[in-house]
Amino acid sequence: MKKEIGIVFIFLSITALLAGLFFGTISSFQFVYPGFFDVIPFFKNRPLHVSLVVSWIFLSAMGGIYYYLPKYCGLPLFSRKMAVVHIWLFFITGLLIITSYMMGKFGGREYWEFPAILAIPVFISWVLFGINYFKTVLKKIGQWPVYLWMWATGICFFLFTFTEAYLWVFPYFRNNLIRDLTVQWKAGGALVGSWNMLVYGTALFVMERIKGDESVAKSKLAFWMYLLGLTNLMFGWAHHIYIVPTAPWIRYLSYGISMTELLILSKIIWNWKSSLEQAKKDYYFLPFRFLVASDIWIFLNLILAILISIPAVNIYTHGTHITVAHAMGSAIGINTMILLASVLFIISDVTKFEFVNVQKNIIRVGFWLTNVSLLLFMIFLVIAGAEKGMLVIENKLTFQEIMQKIDPYLVSFAWAGVGIFTGLLLTTVPPLIAVIKYLRKK
Amino acid sequence: MSILLKRFLFWGLISLFIINSIVIYTSGTENDPAKAYITEESKAGKLLFQEYNCISCHQIYGLGGYMGPDLTNVISERGKGELYAKSFIQSGTQRMPNFHLSENDVNALTSYLKYVDKTGFSPVKNFEIKFDGTIMQKANL
Ligand code: HEC
Repeated sequence: MKKEIGIVFIFLSITALLAGLFFGTISSFQFVYPGFFDVIPFFKNRPLHVSLVVSWIFLSAMGGIYYYLPKYCGLPLFSRKMAVVHIWLFFITGLLIITSYMMGKFGGREYWEFPAILAIPVFISWVLFGINYFKTVLKKIGQWPVYLWMWATGICFFLFTFTEAYLWVFPYFRNNLIRDLTVQWKAGGALVGSWNMLVYGTALFVMERIKGDESVAKSKLAFWMYLLGLTNLMFGWAHHIYIVPTAPWIRYLSYGISMTELLILSKIIWNWKSSLEQAKKDYYFLPFRFLVASDIWIFLNLILAILISIPAVNIYTHGTHITVAHAMGSAIGINTMILLASVLFIISDVTKFEFVNVQKNIIRVGFWLTNVSLLLFMIFLVIAGAEKGMLVIENKLTFQEIMQKIDPYLVSFAWAGVGIFTGLLLTTVPPLIAVIKYLRKK
Repeated sequence: MSILLKRFLFWGLISLFIINSIVIYTSGTENDPAKAYITEESKAGKLLFQEYNCISCHQIYGLGGYMGPDLTNVISERGKGELYAKSFIQSGTQRMPNFHLSENDVNALTSYLKYVDKTGFSPVKNFEIKFDGTIMQKANL
């Protein structure tokens, strides 16, 4: 039997998530207890954490796309072989990246902290994915549901933003700090925008499948969400660099473009939830739960995001843990919840493996533990960040004194992180076992 | 909505994006107040700064990790300065690793920080909030 290639991606994605959470948890303790777990010091742990959780997002979204296109969109994959090469290339490059971190070799750029040379195989793997995707979906006749557009956009913009993120290799970009930072964060913003395209497209797809009709992904609202998401991805990044002395219009443009995209996604999930019959909610109990949770996180993150994109608030929150709260809230609360819904949907679909009651209960406990811990995690970060922001601007205490003041919140934050790790471990181990069983079957 | 309008919106956005990118690569970021401080040494320092992943613990303009302080103005801050920065880079602390750098590397890193210092202020401590929620930066005291 030819195994579903998408499932291999899902397997790797869950592994990357768990490993990434492990390194993240260690780094957060190293933050508050100097000398903790010195085998892997903080400056190696942090990039391990970031690269692995970013891989979770990309791999699980890609796995979903490889799985959904042939199975549900009536679009057989253009080339299975190419997908196999894709996963091997991704996997081997991943190992090389981990090795280079362990050896203390860095590229030293946010998000892409590995040596620049390894960007080449990463880029090639995305080109393979892109060719396979477009060769597959261009066969579709008639109107595309919005998620096909979103995935296409996500792939194209990833290739663009990834290239842009490496413009620093040219002295023209690198040597002028203002240009370097501006271009770097322009690319960083579009990077997050491009993975959001992949993830939100996945959310629409799963909703459509659960509901069983195509209206969700062909509605006017879905189209506007796409268009606003695209606008945001292209122009809404400058809140990262409000204090960098660039030309002022760059800042105002971003301030003008708000977080409307998230507002609309939230509305779509809400409409979908209210229009769904009880029977389907019960049948797709697990994916449903995770999607609804993502809706609540969208709402909370939206408030935070809008606040910190106001320059007068940003000046206090920039460079503080509030930024981390914003990033973690969206990466875990929104993206991970949606991707887990997709993973759970795929696994019950492909393995025909009904989770037994014990496993369902484990996932349920994991679900609650993750969400409650995430809420605490964010609250502690926001308090720590707000306090740091005020103290820095008041200008009376030294860095060490400020860190000492916020230390109790950071300790609590680290423990809340353990809660998230445990919660996600409980959530993902039953699906992981199902996947392994499936992959080992002859 | 008609297909035509959708196409118009889509390609309109893409065109604006291309124009926006080109302007940002060129004139939007042309003005570097500290151009005079870019030297061969500072350029090498920047690459070392990346090679040792200093940004995983430090920030420049508030961007980076939070274990250590923002380094944008370490050179000009009251009570700190070039020698102060050098001593940290040379020997590390309990939290900051000692990278066992050569004297040349330490000088290059310091020279990079000297350039960064002249480009602007971070964190901005002296500012005025305007009625529309935007900020007017003033020189830090
Ligand atoms: C593991 C985290 C870490 C890494 C990596 C790191 N530092 Fe530090 N650094 C710190 C901490 C923390 C402090 C503050 C002193 C303390 O609390 O120990 C500091 C202090 C400094 C200071 C003094 C700043 C001030 O305002 O007091 C300078 C300068 C500095 N580091 C430069 C560098 C450079 C250059 C690199 C890269 C070669 C680097 N650091 C890498 C953690 C780090």
